[in-house]
Amino acid sequence: MTTQTAATGTPGADVPSPPTRTRKKAARAPGERSLAAAPTTWFVWAAIAAFFVFLIGILISVVVDSFGTQWFNTWLPEHLTPTWYTNAWDTFDLTHIIGVTLTVAVTVIIISVLVGVPAAYLLARRRFPFKRTITLLFLLPVLMPPITYGIPLATVLYNFGLGRTLTAVILVNLVPSVPFVIMTMTPFIEQINPTIESAARMSGASMRKVFTKVLMPLLIPGILAASILVLVRTVGMFDLTFLVSGPQSDTLVVAIYRAMTAAGGGEARQLISSMAVIYTFTMMVILIVALRFVSPTQLVARVKDSSDD
Amino acid sequence: MSAPTMAGPKSTQSTASLRHRLAERGIDTSLLMLLPALIFALALFVYPFSYGIGLTFQPSPATQQQWGDGVFSNYAAFFKDQFVFDSIWLTMRLALPAALFNVLASIPVAFKLRHRFRGKKLLTTLLVLPITLGTVLTAQGLLIFAGRQGWLNRFLIDIGLIHQPLTLVNNYLGVMFSLVISGFPFAFLLISSYLSGIDPSIEAAAKTMGADWKQRFRRVILPLLAPGLATTFILTFVLAFSVFPSARLVGDAMGSTRVMALMAYRAFGEQTDYPMASTIAMMMGVIELVVVAIVLMWRSFLYKGSTGGKG
Repeated sequence: MTTQTAATGTPGADVPSPPTRTRKKAARAPGERSLAAAPTTWFVWAAIAAFFVFLIGILISVVVDSFGTQWFNTWLPEHLTPTWYTNAWDTFDLTHIIGVTLTVAVTVIIISVLVGVPAAYLLARRRFPFKRTITLLFLLPVLMPPITYGIPLATVLYNFGLGRTLTAVILVNLVPSVPFVIMTMTPFIEQINPTIESAARMSGASMRKVFTKVLMPLLIPGILAASILVLVRTVGMFDLTFLVSGPQSDTLVVAIYRAMTAAGGGEARQLISSMAVIYTFTMMVILIVALRFVSPTQLVARVKDSSDD
Repeated sequence: MSAPTMAGPKSTQSTASLRHRLAERGIDTSLLMLLPALIFALALFVYPFSYGIGLTFQPSPATQQQWGDGVFSNYAAFFKDQFVFDSIWLTMRLALPAALFNVLASIPVAFKLRHRFRGKKLLTTLLVLPITLGTVLTAQGLLIFAGRQGWLNRFLIDIGLIHQPLTLVNNYLGVMFSLVISGFPFAFLLISSYLSGIDPSIEAAAKTMGADWKQRFRRVILPLLAPGLATTFILTFVLAFSVFPSARLVGDAMGSTRVMALMAYRAFGEQTDYPMASTIAMMMGVIELVVVAIVLMWRSFLYKGSTGGKG
């Protein structure tokens, strides 16, 4: 992988004239950017282009496949048909699967916000004994591979007779979500000026009132961002859900995986493609709506602003 | 909680009430807000985890028969069974290069994209899109797009670059592609947010003093960025290390991509040998934490001041 670091430098070595030209220009006008792009710029754009070729290729080929009839030795399938979608919908009972996916996601969001935000508030504002230990405890599930705690947890849930139920799927998904909410909300709360709360307390507001009337409105953007990230994670979570879900409690990802690996070669490829398209379409809608409300780097950027004060 | 025992022995002749004295140490009723999260962590993480550790010392009869009696029979099986033990190497061979590549490739990209230019928001959004694809669609797409009959091979043959279709899926490469496609946007997002946390005036100062872009990058930006790079590496490594669906779908599940997660799931789901499954899972955690600890130790030698960025 050292070639990767070297690669950023080598284009300059191969083509000696462009860098000297740009440097001369830079020397002439330090504040201005040179018009001729540096070789590294070309390299970066080429890498991005290669990445997108793969990305778009993957996306389009699945979409085309999901509409195609027969597709073996040609550039495009012979005929186009929407029947795979209706087929997939009926074969896998997608109404039920999508219902399960949304139920799990919404429940996980609500519980992890209710549990995580108060904890994040305390971690951001207070000093108390064992604070470091508790922080570490909340951090551990994020650092571990999901399977490491997933398998013991699944064993426990099976022992309690919860295996393959919706409850189990929700519980399992809470394990990474609650720490995630705590981790994203703590810096967010830290950047809210504490004097606002002090002022409310001095004016006679109780702790509950401080929370509902003062903090809540300020926290809404952060909670929204955290919820969306939890939503994306939960809908996309494969490893943990797969360990405990059964036919009646499969989320969409797990259902697609099961269809792909089903014994006997699996279902027709186009059926799976159409399910995958439905999955990706749902996720994209969620994410695009989300990105209109919050920027992914917002949480980090806000912390920076506050540290400048 | 343990509040009374904490302050108890230390109480002096103070006239203040116990409640007041506890409050001075930061203990009051508002700490109850922490309680749900604590109960959650204990019930869903600490208890199952310790139960799992206990389980590794209770090997199943089958394991005991094959690998000798005693509480360590599971570990004996793990280290002596080549089929299981080799999966460590196979996992590392995938996860380390994938994580390194994702971090190293993100640096120049994030670097170039930090300035304002037209279409920046669109490009960032496009780079984030793979997160929506999920492992399963990525796998399906790779199978179709990069398969023997896929567009990629078809195109390369048509322009005369190759004569035989390349095998890009159902092997090590396929999983690698899938790891890069899902991991790179994540690494890019993190690194560009760390990069945006570096005060531009520092670089401007270096520029004023005559440093060219190489010097600025090596002497100014890189040291400031290094802790963020370490964090990003850890997070992408964690993602790649527990790769499981793509190893099965676009990899060679019984050969070059027989990763630990697959072995753990095989013991759990197919053999219902819970003790062995827990053992493999725990060893996964141990190995991952060793790598994370090494990176963190290296990170502790680096600059630790404020770079603004925060995971």
